[in-house]
Amino acid sequence: MSTETRSNADQRGWQAVIGLEIHAQLSTVSKLFSRAATAYGAEPNTQAALLDVALPGTLPVPNREAIRKAIQFGLAVQGTIAQHSVFARKNYFYPDLPKGYQISQYELPVVADGKIAVRVDDGRRIDVEIQRAHLEEDAGKSVHDAFHAETGIDLNRAGTPLLEIVSAPVMHSAAEAVAYMRTVHTLVRWLGICDGNMQEGSFRCDCNVSVRRDGETRLGTRTEIKNVNSFRFVEKSIEYEIERQIRALENGEAIVQETRLYDPTRHQTRPMRSKESADDYRYFPDPDLPPLAIATADIERERAALPELPQARRQRYIDGLGLPEADADQLCADRANADYFEAVLAAVPGQAKLCANWVLGEVAAGLNEAAIDIAAAPVSPAALSQLLQRLRDGSISGKIAKDVFAAMWQGEGSADAIIDARGLKQISDSGALGAAIDAVLADYPSQLDDYRKGNDKLLQFFVGQVMKRTKGQANPQQLNELLRQKLG
Amino acid sequence: MSLDHTAVRHIARLARLAVREDELESLRSDLERVLHLFDDLAAANVDNLTPLAHPHDQSLGLRDDRVGETDRSEELLALAPFSQGGYYLVPKVIE
Repeated sequence: MSTETRSNADQRGWQAVIGLEIHAQLSTVSKLFSRAATAYGAEPNTQAALLDVALPGTLPVPNREAIRKAIQFGLAVQGTIAQHSVFARKNYFYPDLPKGYQISQYELPVVADGKIAVRVDDGRRIDVEIQRAHLEEDAGKSVHDAFHAETGIDLNRAGTPLLEIVSAPVMHSAAEAVAYMRTVHTLVRWLGICDGNMQEGSFRCDCNVSVRRDGETRLGTRTEIKNVNSFRFVEKSIEYEIERQIRALENGEAIVQETRLYDPTRHQTRPMRSKESADDYRYFPDPDLPPLAIATADIERERAALPELPQARRQRYIDGLGLPEADADQLCADRANADYFEAVLAAVPGQAKLCANWVLGEVAAGLNEAAIDIAAAPVSPAALSQLLQRLRDGSISGKIAKDVFAAMWQGEGSADAIIDARGLKQISDSGALGAAIDAVLADYPSQLDDYRKGNDKLLQFFVGQVMKRTKGQANPQQLNELLRQKLG
Repeated sequence: MSLDHTAVRHIARLARLAVREDELESLRSDLERVLHLFDDLAAANVDNLTPLAHPHDQSLGLRDDRVGETDRSEELLALAPFSQGGYYLVPKVIE
């Protein structure tokens, strides 16, 4: 659908230009500048300290962990970590910002000049330049519908650390923008710096969109779609905005530089309050906060501790383990997923594809159905690997393995315990299997006759009957061989 | 640098200050004098100096990521002109 939009714009002689400002809440337990808790869902204003409500006389003291997480992100996108960076005040009036300014970073952000490789749905790979990532504090929340003539303000979120990740305007379709956002989403969760929970607003973005005639090198006037908190809404809102701008320009209208809101019920964007322009934010270095110095040793320590990144791991799965790209993509969409897969594989070495099939198949289906994360999976990697070993050594068939897995998922015990308790061990003993085959052939003399007259299809019928008689425990390969022998 | 009344009104609006028409001229000339002071500063030769973000040559002290605040919402909400159900109430903000 998105590639269609892209080609629609292209075919009509227009190019869309998109840049994203992603806001990722850093997963610290306390706020960026105060010692109040950041936990989601607390009663309103119970996690707003004196500093967060902007009582005079309070002073900000930055959270070391938030800065570490910003450094980790910067290193993961091959950015430059500023050894000297500055917190600035961004001044504006809004009730959810009681100080009258947001502490942010302006001229000297902590991360600059990064980039990230993004795979778009249609298979293309694009490099997206990350101009900067800076630390800032989140604002509080306004509640509009719970009160009659007033707006309620909850300052629990005020001061939660945010990393604002600013891409260059280098994307040209909604599909590219969504693919980029997903890649960043995977990365921040992979690094463990943000929980990525979009419903709770931990990961959201502003989309800057403009269009220009093909071949034009100057950027068109842009609009900014504020606070979009789902991948689908990012896609839909950008698609809508591209169409709206092209239509306006084709009708001879000018695009007004403005902030717009996406309305998901109507699938359209509409203008928001006329926002103060960048000049009007009157940024200046915060006198309460001397410059932030980051020592080379600290940067190098973080670099050494970085985990293997999703791109690298994906490539290793393809090149080293021989997995198909689609499997590698799915496994590496989430670090816990990939770690689970590797833990299973460690106990069933050389069986990467088998392990991937089970992790992406039965395990993923179970997690989906129960709506839980892989960390909470009732079947551990060790437990699953025991099951896969039984499958490999021929103790059970693939079909029985699925039943055993379901029982394991229900908490009935280990694979071996379930196989024993239910007597599921595959019948590989040719004597027992031969007896079962003889019994079946004796039960169906007319089918046997037909088969001998040339109706080959009946072979499957006999296989099915033997399976039924052995309650699915016949070793399928051996059954086939023996049956052919007896029929032949 | 000189200022006109439009600029003064704009600055007042950004600061959410209600400025009467008859105050505009005196504010304008006060602000212009402040700006002239910056002109004087701008005349200084700073060719070989790195810009400072802070007058003190010190770097920022950091704290560990630990929660150290208790819930004081009752006290704080009591300071506000209006509150209800744990929320601060402000005039309706519509977007």
